[in-house]
Amino acid sequence: MLKVENVSFHYGSRTILSDVSFSVRKGELFGIMGPNGSGKTTLLKLMSGIHLCKSGEVYIKGKPLQDYKQRELAKIVAVLSQHAEESFAYQVKEIVALGRYAHQKAWLHSPTKEDQEAVQEAMKTTGVHHLQNTAIQELSGGEKQRVYLAQALAQEPEILLLDEPTNHLDVSNQKELLDNLKEWSQKNNLTIISIFHDLNLAGLYCDRLLMLHEGIVEIISSPQQVLQEKMIKKVYQTDIKQIPHPKLAAPQIALLPKMEASSKRLIIDERYLKISKNHLEMKVPKPLKTLSSGVTGAGVGWYTNFVNRHVDKNYQCDHYEEEMKSYLRAHHFIPEQTVGMMTAVYIEDAAYKNIGSEDLSVFIVATAGVGNAVDAAQAIEHSSELLPGTINIWIFVNGALSEAAYIQSIMTAAEAKASVLRREQVMDPITGTLATGTSTDSILIAATQEGDPIEFAGTISPLGKLIAAGVTECVTESLKKRNGRLKN
Amino acid sequence: MNLNKTGAAYLFAAFFLIFAIVIGIAVGTVAVPPLDVIKILISNVLPFKIANNVDPMHINIVQNIRLPRVLLAGLVGASLSIAGAAFQGLLRNPLADPYTLGVSSGASVGAVITLFFQVSIPFVGSYTLPLLSVVCSLFTIFFVLLFAKKMDSMMRVETIILTGIIFSSFLSAFISLMIALTGDELRQIISWLLGSVSMRGWAYIKIILPFFIIGSILLLAQGKELNALAFGEERAKHLGVNVQKRKLLILIAGSILTGAAVAVSGTIGFVGLVIPHLVRIIAGPNHVHLLGLSMLVGSGFLILADLFARTFISPTELPIGVITALIGAPVFAVLLLNSRRKGK
Repeated sequence: MLKVENVSFHYGSRTILSDVSFSVRKGELFGIMGPNGSGKTTLLKLMSGIHLCKSGEVYIKGKPLQDYKQRELAKIVAVLSQHAEESFAYQVKEIVALGRYAHQKAWLHSPTKEDQEAVQEAMKTTGVHHLQNTAIQELSGGEKQRVYLAQALAQEPEILLLDEPTNHLDVSNQKELLDNLKEWSQKNNLTIISIFHDLNLAGLYCDRLLMLHEGIVEIISSPQQVLQEKMIKKVYQTDIKQIPHPKLAAPQIALLPKMEASSKRLIIDERYLKISKNHLEMKVPKPLKTLSSGVTGAGVGWYTNFVNRHVDKNYQCDHYEEEMKSYLRAHHFIPEQTVGMMTAVYIEDAAYKNIGSEDLSVFIVATAGVGNAVDAAQAIEHSSELLPGTINIWIFVNGALSEAAYIQSIMTAAEAKASVLRREQVMDPITGTLATGTSTDSILIAATQEGDPIEFAGTISPLGKLIAAGVTECVTESLKKRNGRLKN
Repeated sequence: MNLNKTGAAYLFAAFFLIFAIVIGIAVGTVAVPPLDVIKILISNVLPFKIANNVDPMHINIVQNIRLPRVLLAGLVGASLSIAGAAFQGLLRNPLADPYTLGVSSGASVGAVITLFFQVSIPFVGSYTLPLLSVVCSLFTIFFVLLFAKKMDSMMRVETIILTGIIFSSFLSAFISLMIALTGDELRQIISWLLGSVSMRGWAYIKIILPFFIIGSILLLAQGKELNALAFGEERAKHLGVNVQKRKLLILIAGSILTGAAVAVSGTIGFVGLVIPHLVRIIAGPNHVHLLGLSMLVGSGFLILADLFARTFISPTELPIGVITALIGAPVFAVLLLNSRRKGK
């Protein structure tokens, strides 16, 4: 559809593009990316015929761009550029109708039915139909962008060139525009070539990406191939982290802002723990990256507050999450910043321990009860009725954990817990075998993410050893307290 | 703007022009009844004679004095207005006018040279001044474009405006120099510079008419292109407009009109600025209609301005440029103020 062959471009003595070659298939959504000054806009202007190639050639449908008359070209290629000059108060309809210029021949040619239909259709597609009699100056940035898009669509092009179409648009307008572009490219086999600044948007919508770096094509490939941490770091010379999209197999890029390393390292220990009658709470001065199961704040997130709340063992509530949130609010916690758990264990049975050295330490809090103990190996024998959690373990790590270390921490803690139950000869009342836990245990790993990176937390790694020892001790102690209380 | 509104605008503009012509002819030191004016006009155009019982003196006044004067004012007004509308669209600046590019200064230089050196070209005699003015204005636009092209091969609008200002300033200084060097001719030059359509006769109409016809036909054909150009040259190109060719066409056609108007009537300010502006407010910015409507309204406006100029402190005639500036500037100020307020 469009082919760029060995194109170079200079402004004076400055080389903007050197030896750029690529081709775009019909119906493809092709993204062009690169840092400021990498030649993206120049490349687009070469493809739209604003600049002429000094060397190399741009072919459109197999014919050199230079051989097209402006009017012929406009019937194939439409352009949506970033800036529009609006000196006069044209109505939306008039602006969109200008898109038909190339299709109209004679001077006094009045718009044909086909012209009018194309204009109406374009306005409907971009959702500016209701604004058609409004002056362009009265519209918002997003609406203006849609008007010019309608103009481009009224040209009925086969190729649409876009220069950062989402610039100046808010999040919902960005998404809507790109959703629409994607839909049109698929429905009408429209070829779309667009410059993107937002790497994440490009990764989500484009079929292929071209990365320009100092006027040279760095890579042309699928978003998965192009949006690699190493590549972005190299081309953009900045600190980023690649993360998976939560719903799609599309790479996403997270920026890492340059932060002043705080002179004092945050150390989490018993100073931040408060034991009240009905709950345990931890309030830390900085958000901790947390992986947890629980009622609120489950999953991965950054949290400052941690609450383990005692509820009656017969606690039943259909909307337990809402109920938990209102409990948190009543106790002056913001639910969105709080990991909340429930336990049927009495808070006075809680045990906590600070363990480790100055370089690496963990703070562990546990509440343990074994009323509904289960042997995991025989779990199939149990009904699926859930009761409030009984062994809740919190592990606070004063260190920077990798994702793998988070998962290994949980494994280590779970194994330590099972080991305690075995040692304490806790039986699964249904199967009569040794229990490995209870049916509703919860766990939480929270780390300050400061200091040297910790890659592993398996049982014999330095961190794993601390976690195993701490969990063993706390669960044992909490069980002891409970047993003591039950005897009295 | 829908079709009915456009139709109404044309109808209104046409009536305004006819009204201006009839009043312009009827009013003066000798008043001619408007009905007689219409009768004389019709019998001039159509083959049947219905002016039989009209006073022959009136016929004489109308045909030999008032009609050519009114027609000349109308043609000048139409030329300046359509050129103004086109330049404003092309330069994407609602405050541009036909004089922005230095064309009128060029024409003035031609006229001032004629008056200063008492030039008289054989065979054309008294038409030396307008002819030389047109020639000078065309030379000016030619040099402006040449210079702009040298500065910037893309000939962007900004470059053209800048070049126009440079030429305009230089030529104005040249005119001032001439004026300073003149003794007795001073009043003649000044009064020419202030603009007038009096005592020109049919001969001047013959001079402006060919330029007017060519220039306005060329411009009227650029309505859609001007609409596209109003959004910037790149976008116009993307829409399929052959920007370089159209731009050159508009500049040359506008300059021909301006040059010819200045040549026959001197510099008459504000018409080319205010009329397109006013029409745009009423009928919208669509150049397909703006150009023609500006012609009609501008033509009527200048006829009325001339009427005012010659009757206000009759028998003394005021320079028409003074009247257009006196009416134009405040009207423009009010328009500007209103549009700014609406914008907020």
